[in-house]
Amino acid sequence: MNSPVYIMWLRQIKRYWRSKPRIIGSLAQPLLFLVALGFGFGPIFEKAGGGNYLEFLAPGIIAMTVLSSSLFNGIEIIWDRQFGFLKETLVSPVPRYKIILGRILGGATVATIQGIIVLLISLIIGFKPTSIFMIPLAIFFMFLISIFFAGVGTSIASKLEDMQGFQLIVNFIFMPLFFLSGALFPLSDLPSLLNQVVKLNPLTYGVDGLRLSLTNISHLNLISDFFVLFICSIIVVFIGAYLFSKTEV
Amino acid sequence: MIEVENLVKKFEDITAVDNISFDVKEGEIFAFLGPNGAGKTTTIKMLTTLLVPTSGKIKINGFSAETKKEEVRHSFGIVFQDESLDEELTAYENMEFHAVLYGIKKELRKRRIEELLKLVELWERKDDLVKHFSGGMKRRLEIARGLVHHPRVLFLDEPTLGLDPQTRNFLWEYIKKLNKKENMTVFLTTHYMEEADKIADKIAIIDKGKIVIIGTSKEIKKKTNSDSLEKAFLKLTGKPIREESATSLDHMRLRKRFFGSRR
Repeated sequence: MNSPVYIMWLRQIKRYWRSKPRIIGSLAQPLLFLVALGFGFGPIFEKAGGGNYLEFLAPGIIAMTVLSSSLFNGIEIIWDRQFGFLKETLVSPVPRYKIILGRILGGATVATIQGIIVLLISLIIGFKPTSIFMIPLAIFFMFLISIFFAGVGTSIASKLEDMQGFQLIVNFIFMPLFFLSGALFPLSDLPSLLNQVVKLNPLTYGVDGLRLSLTNISHLNLISDFFVLFICSIIVVFIGAYLFSKTEV
Repeated sequence: MIEVENLVKKFEDITAVDNISFDVKEGEIFAFLGPNGAGKTTTIKMLTTLLVPTSGKIKINGFSAETKKEEVRHSFGIVFQDESLDEELTAYENMEFHAVLYGIKKELRKRRIEELLKLVELWERKDDLVKHFSGGMKRRLEIARGLVHHPRVLFLDEPTLGLDPQTRNFLWEYIKKLNKKENMTVFLTTHYMEEADKIADKIAIIDKGKIVIIGTSKEIKKKTNSDSLEKAFLKLTGKPIREESATSLDHMRLRKRFFGSRR
């Protein structure tokens, strides 16, 4: 293959694959959530008539993993800026939008792989998807979530010069995105204000799509899950490309 | 090959480059000298389309840096003042990445990468990660990379900073050879006056954003009545030491040095 988008993508995959500590480190948190929340809240959830909590929680934790991996992926632009590699891509005759597209696709692929690993872990600790034939659909939803949030992370990083600033902003948006997405609790019978906030969160649709494909539980529907994420992703990729095209070194 | 006309770059409160004009002919080796903070790197960044000038015109290889960015970017290669390699990739991968960005087809790519890596004596180490390389090896790799797409102009921003005499010697010999053989234009900045004196056909000295003198080494020495380029340089730019404002980048580098690479 001879395309700049592909080589940008490949670079990120290679970098990911070569940093084993990063892979393992980033799996500790989801594992903790699965075990502590899954088994901790399990009995209560079941008593309240919600069914098996692990079945409910696992898709949410997968979404969390994908969210944090893709969002924080933007930091690589800042790394590249700090350590000079960004200049190498910016003096090249490749249009900026291709560079950013390669990056977003690379970041999204890495995040999806992380999501798949967490899915495997959850299978080991007792999560049972309804049908294995729906797993490709789940992976597709992971990828959609990844594209959107890799785009968000990249857009933020295009405007920033230092890592601390990036980490601050991303941590600031990560928590509400995660907690207000239905990853941890069912969306039925929520207070109406909370319900509205949750519906404004793109991750909600990703979590719902994932949960639907893995456990057949859903509060929205597949078509709207798909379209909301798809349209949001396209918009954010354009924004990212625009912001990145204004980058100077 | 490089035409610059009334070039100005202003940052918020300072004028980094103040209305400079010069021409570099094809096949010429042109040295751009000046104290720290004089505007050398800012000028190179504008010439290489990394920064947009506040006003003025730049033409590289006949193409306007404003309207024909892509052609301009195809025309030059650059070795930056500070590192610009991906340390998590191997030497070969860095070369390959560059070649793909410049649209070089697979067969040609393989041939050129091998040829260049052999020339800079890194072929044996091609599959090692760049983070295990010494400063001199990285520099050699960067030069090889800058040449993969056979640029018409090569920009070198302080290419020999921090290198041992052996590597410096090797680099200049190689660059001279290329300049002769391929008639490649070379635009360089350096703080080592003897190097500029030895290698450059033409020299410009810039201070506080303005070009104070331009000519051959001989002409400059004669005009300033000095017996060495260094003395001429000091006469023209004065003796006080210059301050360069530290950017967040420098702080980061410092941190990297303290804590090691965190990647």
